[in-house]
Amino acid sequence: MTLFIMCFLLFLTGIYGVLTRRNLIKVVISLTIMEFSLFLMLAMIGYISGGEAPILAGTIIPAAPVVDPLPQAMVLTAIVIALATNAMLLTIAIRLYKKYGTFDIREINELKG
Amino acid sequence: MESWLIILFVIIPLFTAFLIPLGGKLLPWFGRTAVSGIMLFLVALAVHIILRMPGTVVYMAGGWEPVEGIPVAIYLVLDGLSLFLLLIINLLGFLSAFYAISYMRRYTGEKYFYTLMCLMIAGMNGVVLAGDLFNLYVFLEISVISSYALVAFGVEKTELEASYKYQVLGGLASLLVLFGIIMIYWQTKTLNIADISMIMQGSGQDPFNIFIQLILIAGFGIKAALIPFHAWLPDAHSSAPSPISAMLSGVLIKAVGVYVIIRLLFNMFPPDNSVAVVFTTIGALSMIIGVILAIGQWDLKRLLAYHSISQMGYVVTGIGMGMILLARGGENPAAALAIGGGLFHMINHAVFKGLLFLNAGAIEYAAGTRDMTKMGGLARYMPVTLSSSFSASMAISGIPPFNGFFSKLIIIIAAVQGGFYLLAVLAVIAGIITLASFMKFQRYAFYNKPEPDSPAREVPVVMRASMISLAVLCLLLSLLVFPGIRQVLLDPAVNVLVESTEYARLVLNL
Repeated sequence: MTLFIMCFLLFLTGIYGVLTRRNLIKVVISLTIMEFSLFLMLAMIGYISGGEAPILAGTIIPAAPVVDPLPQAMVLTAIVIALATNAMLLTIAIRLYKKYGTFDIREINELKG
Repeated sequence: MESWLIILFVIIPLFTAFLIPLGGKLLPWFGRTAVSGIMLFLVALAVHIILRMPGTVVYMAGGWEPVEGIPVAIYLVLDGLSLFLLLIINLLGFLSAFYAISYMRRYTGEKYFYTLMCLMIAGMNGVVLAGDLFNLYVFLEISVISSYALVAFGVEKTELEASYKYQVLGGLASLLVLFGIIMIYWQTKTLNIADISMIMQGSGQDPFNIFIQLILIAGFGIKAALIPFHAWLPDAHSSAPSPISAMLSGVLIKAVGVYVIIRLLFNMFPPDNSVAVVFTTIGALSMIIGVILAIGQWDLKRLLAYHSISQMGYVVTGIGMGMILLARGGENPAAALAIGGGLFHMINHAVFKGLLFLNAGAIEYAAGTRDMTKMGGLARYMPVTLSSSFSASMAISGIPPFNGFFSKLIIIIAAVQGGFYLLAVLAVIAGIITLASFMKFQRYAFYNKPEPDSPAREVPVVMRASMISLAVLCLLLSLLVFPGIRQVLLDPAVNVLVESTEYARLVLNL
């Protein structure tokens, strides 16, 4: 349970960062912290103490409880997706830096209303 | 019907997205013809499937049959509701792609535009067809990541800023959705929607379930830009190239926002009154606050974007009222009417809002500005844009005989029948303010004193053809109120939501 609470604290740290940081890159880092807290949580939910790899060969029935591979597959997929979103965000952040000459979100405010 | 037909909706656009950068190197026209061609094919396929009325079709990828009643494969599920959404997505996708043939000539990197557009459509088709939360999440991310790139396609200051804002909020939304999915997996140890539905029906309603539903409403509410979560929409939708604005406003917020949340709340979770009340309240707030924010706008595309919030409020209010009535239990004809009104407004909004964004694109193409104070007298130069935008404006404001009138009328009648008098009054007020703001648009864009030396000319024939087809659809969709046509398109979609527990039984084939 302690681990889940720490995961949740990590998630809240990420939200705090997204809400308070004024630097484009730091916002991206905060989002990444949130992402990784969720990945850790999903991996922990999928963990079964003493479980075996879910490889079923022929008719042999495994003795120990078998781990569900679904959370692991989901974590891997989510990591790849997070890679794509982070790459996209950083690309835009760099293009914004070239246009405005700053990473400060208070100075990037063309859109209003 | 052969069940493999439904996977074509995902693999054809996905494969075309892969081919366009390759083919575009050799043949400059490859991208634009390929996208229009495949979208036309997909529209034909959707119509073909609708006419055969297949009921619920399940495709198990790889042919993995369920083991001891537990589904193991990737499920693609086609039923009345997903078919309805597929028709909207592909129809609007085709017309936007066709319009883009002329419109996108001004931009560089045309082939990347078509690649991203194909990916976005593949993602949306996948979201609508997905039968498990894993693939739903993956397809959702495919469509939103390509839409982030498309919003920034102009790479000017405003486009980049809008895209950054959209990505941070969209990223938060994706994380909330992922958090909800993790909670669901924790609770049920499966991610198949039908399987979860079976387990949840057995366990009944508990506070943890309601917590998950609220998290999911927040996550998909950001994607659908419902009112407390709407901050990104006016920036993103007004900064994208016009065919993409039409796709984002007309389709994306429905397919990845409203569709998913109603599918999960109706077909996966057991109906719950408190969640339904929250959902309807959000809808009603969007309906009224969206339109109040819209009326003060002078940038044409921002005005249209704020109206998207308000019109999605109508859809959510209609469907939410049906959900409250269903959660109260018992036979209630007003529930089916409210849900039907909401879904009907969804297809209507796709058509007229798509058309309005294409009109805005045509005006920008011809007059070179989006500021309504700098337009004026365009009626003389642009008769097709004038007449099509007039019919769309009448449709969105709810003037008979255009489609928007009938769907708003059905929602208001259902509100009165179900006893939600306040919502009925709010819907009427929002309709009146909508009419006012579209009269402002017509007056300032087309009838005011013309700007001296305005460069405006009528737009090329391809763009005109798209706008005329959508304007004709604005009138034709009114026919959906007649029983014969309703039974083919609208009633199967409504039945999926009204008989909410049937979904799991049909998918798992019990």
